[in-house]
Amino acid sequence: MPHASMTRRITDFANRADPYPVYEELRSTPVLHEEEGGPYIISSYYDIKALLHDPRVSSDAANLAAAGDDALASTEETGGLPPSFLRLDPPEHDRLRRIANSAFGPPHRPRRIDGLRGQMREIVTELIDAFGDAREIDVVDRFAYPFPVTVICRLLGVPREDEPRFRAWVDPLVATLDPETRRGTDADAATAAREARMQLGMYLSGLVEERAGEPRDDLLSDLVNSRGPDGSLTMMEVLSTAVLLLIAGHETTVNLITNGMLTLLRHPEILRRLREDPGLSVNIVEELLRYEPPVQLVPQRTCIADIEVRGVTIPKGSRIWLVLAAGNRDPERFEDPGRFDPDRGDIQHLGFGSGIHSCFGAPLARLETQIALSELARRLVDPRLVEDPPPYRPNAVLRGPRHLGIAFEGLR
Amino acid sequence: MAADYVEWLRREGRIVIVGASLAGLRAAETLRAEGFAGELTLIGDEPYEPYDRPPLSKSVLLGKASPHHTELPHRWETDAKWRLGVAAAGLDLTARRVRLADGDEVEFDRLLIATGVRARPWPKEEEARLEGVFLLRTREDAAALYRRLKAGPRRVFVIGAGFAGSEVASACRESGIPVTVAERAGAPLVGALGGVVGAVAADLQTENGVDLRTHVTVTALEGDSVGRVRAVHLSDETVVEADVVVVSLGSVRNTEWLTGSGLGAGPRGIACDAGCRAFDFRGIVTDDVFVAGDVARSPHALFGYQFLSLEHWGNAVAQAETAAHNMICHGAERRPHLWMPAFWSSMFGVNIKSVGVPPMGEQLMITQGSLAERRFVGVYGCKGRIVAAVTFDNARWLEFYQRQIERGAPFPVEYPTLDRRPEGRRPVDADFPDPSLPTHGPMVTLSGYSPADQQLVFHPARH
Repeated sequence: MPHASMTRRITDFANRADPYPVYEELRSTPVLHEEEGGPYIISSYYDIKALLHDPRVSSDAANLAAAGDDALASTEETGGLPPSFLRLDPPEHDRLRRIANSAFGPPHRPRRIDGLRGQMREIVTELIDAFGDAREIDVVDRFAYPFPVTVICRLLGVPREDEPRFRAWVDPLVATLDPETRRGTDADAATAAREARMQLGMYLSGLVEERAGEPRDDLLSDLVNSRGPDGSLTMMEVLSTAVLLLIAGHETTVNLITNGMLTLLRHPEILRRLREDPGLSVNIVEELLRYEPPVQLVPQRTCIADIEVRGVTIPKGSRIWLVLAAGNRDPERFEDPGRFDPDRGDIQHLGFGSGIHSCFGAPLARLETQIALSELARRLVDPRLVEDPPPYRPNAVLRGPRHLGIAFEGLR
Repeated sequence: MAADYVEWLRREGRIVIVGASLAGLRAAETLRAEGFAGELTLIGDEPYEPYDRPPLSKSVLLGKASPHHTELPHRWETDAKWRLGVAAAGLDLTARRVRLADGDEVEFDRLLIATGVRARPWPKEEEARLEGVFLLRTREDAAALYRRLKAGPRRVFVIGAGFAGSEVASACRESGIPVTVAERAGAPLVGALGGVVGAVAADLQTENGVDLRTHVTVTALEGDSVGRVRAVHLSDETVVEADVVVVSLGSVRNTEWLTGSGLGAGPRGIACDAGCRAFDFRGIVTDDVFVAGDVARSPHALFGYQFLSLEHWGNAVAQAETAAHNMICHGAERRPHLWMPAFWSSMFGVNIKSVGVPPMGEQLMITQGSLAERRFVGVYGCKGRIVAAVTFDNARWLEFYQRQIERGAPFPVEYPTLDRRPEGRRPVDADFPDPSLPTHGPMVTLSGYSPADQQLVFHPARH
């Protein structure tokens, strides 16, 4: 065919605002391998689900490095820290994730996330109040971006007076997450990011050390003081886990909230229903995770044995891309997949992945987005999009608008 | 003609469901969801709305859930006549009538039998009546046992280390109550998972402070002068003092009420075809009587057409839905009940899950994790195929193994898997007890081969 390869079209910025036609084309070859040494691209719901549960598929960073470079290689820099559980296989993955979970959710900390509900509401209220007399704002900069980073500060146990400093370090780090940005970044920005990473690392070490002596009611205290059957974490493992929660949980939540507001503004009837019934936010967020998932594809898996998928043998050692966003709109699984419909009887999705690496922060992201969207719907008077489509970030994996300009008539 | 009958049935026929628990409720809901507009009657011997049983041996015994608030959520309006608190006592197939214990009779055009099972009682009636001797099946059983556990008994004695018995022992230990468990086999869970995995369950129990006695049976329960249980006598001639005894000897299928009805019903349940239609005792399938849930025994194409009786929560739901669908559709639209057997349990902080039919397995391979760490995936093989898998704290991999079973994937598992240890390179004997030895209530029983091969041998009901 005359046009560019699928691999290139997936990463091509021109398709960022609406990648779904490319995904639809992709699904007509559900196991696509375009060139020697290139990735095997999987795009149908059931195949992706099966591979996410397949014990022959590895997430280990070392296996990935052995599989060679591709268009989406090394999107995460570890900055001298050991790999987090996201980039490890069992048993190391299981041990680290279990310890992290004992600080994060049931059965050990069943109220850690739900206990933040009140604070989340306060933060959201403050952010919306701060719109003040403005009648046009950028949802990303004024709301979707500051909200999750403040929540993660509270979760980790960053004192409130340090929050502005903390955010000043996180911002340049998050900016370098994007491979495109990183490639084009000038030397000054790179230096600033390195500096920020060092400062943040030192700051977090300080917090951790304080808590090693006297635990408080926060996640860092639980991480550093865990003495369960899995033993305890080293200082480096604590930092690596904290940075994972911070970075992996941040941009994804920003994009989920922003994609959510964008989608609601494109479906005013559903926005109206949400305003009248905040309970609808539960279904809206699930359908959103299907319809506009913040992680579009998982590019860092490899297989440790030959695997047959739909008659195609993926040879041992190959790199596999699981295109979650394509599976989420697979007509083999979903009726009318291109329609945003929170009333679906069986909302399921690959938005949080599945299997042992399924999104660790899912309960947090769900709650944040439910509160964020229902409050925006409730308080904004007659909101509408200033620009459609909005300008997107370059990142093809963590996809979302860079800005979301909206106009409204006032606040309720 | 037949098509007309189905149309008439859907519009104004009378459907009776005997058994108002999980399977009965889900069947009723499915009937309405699929457009049944006729008269629907549910008959249940317990005086309650359908409720969920799995919590009764877990959170209820720990006081984390009330035994009186485990009602099953209703998914669909059933618009049914509920006859609760009265058992079915007989069936007249020719007159199409169910006789109730209170003498009343209910007529039907189509019948669904979902009477389930009950706890197998302690066989010596006088001993079973001693105060402090408990069964655990109903919410009343659970409420009574919970009250006794809360009062702080000196020692609880559990007879039988299947899943229910092990869960009771786990709840006791979590509440700090001394507990002794007696098991006829060499380890807990042997009937369901075999001796290799059973040994892990045994370690789990003893490390959590359970006084586990294996290869023993209980010979007598001893009462005091006022009729309270005070000690348990074992076949190795030891005596254990205990003021609470939980009899956990598996279950008995509720089929006595069908004696003489002409259906092929007996102690092993009611045989039915894959479309949930009951067999009569001659082995001929009936047109108007369907079966679902714990009481059913049906051939499964994936497992050599063996007749499976599955006391699994998910089976009750799936089979009820299939039965209900088949009851009100034309022959060509009927579906087979092809549910993949699956169950879960939790005990001593460990989550146990299984798919397939482990007792069919001759050999076992630990393909991920390790028995010693009690976190593993075990794969069961039979005649060169994968037939089941079990996980201890590793449930997220199970979906993969389920697909392998469905595809008849080869055993042993030759390809590498994540976290494979040296112990998992070769299969070992799964170590199930000799099926010719008597045992109580494994979760799955196998019998017969292809429906076409079945010999006409009818044993009248004997429980």
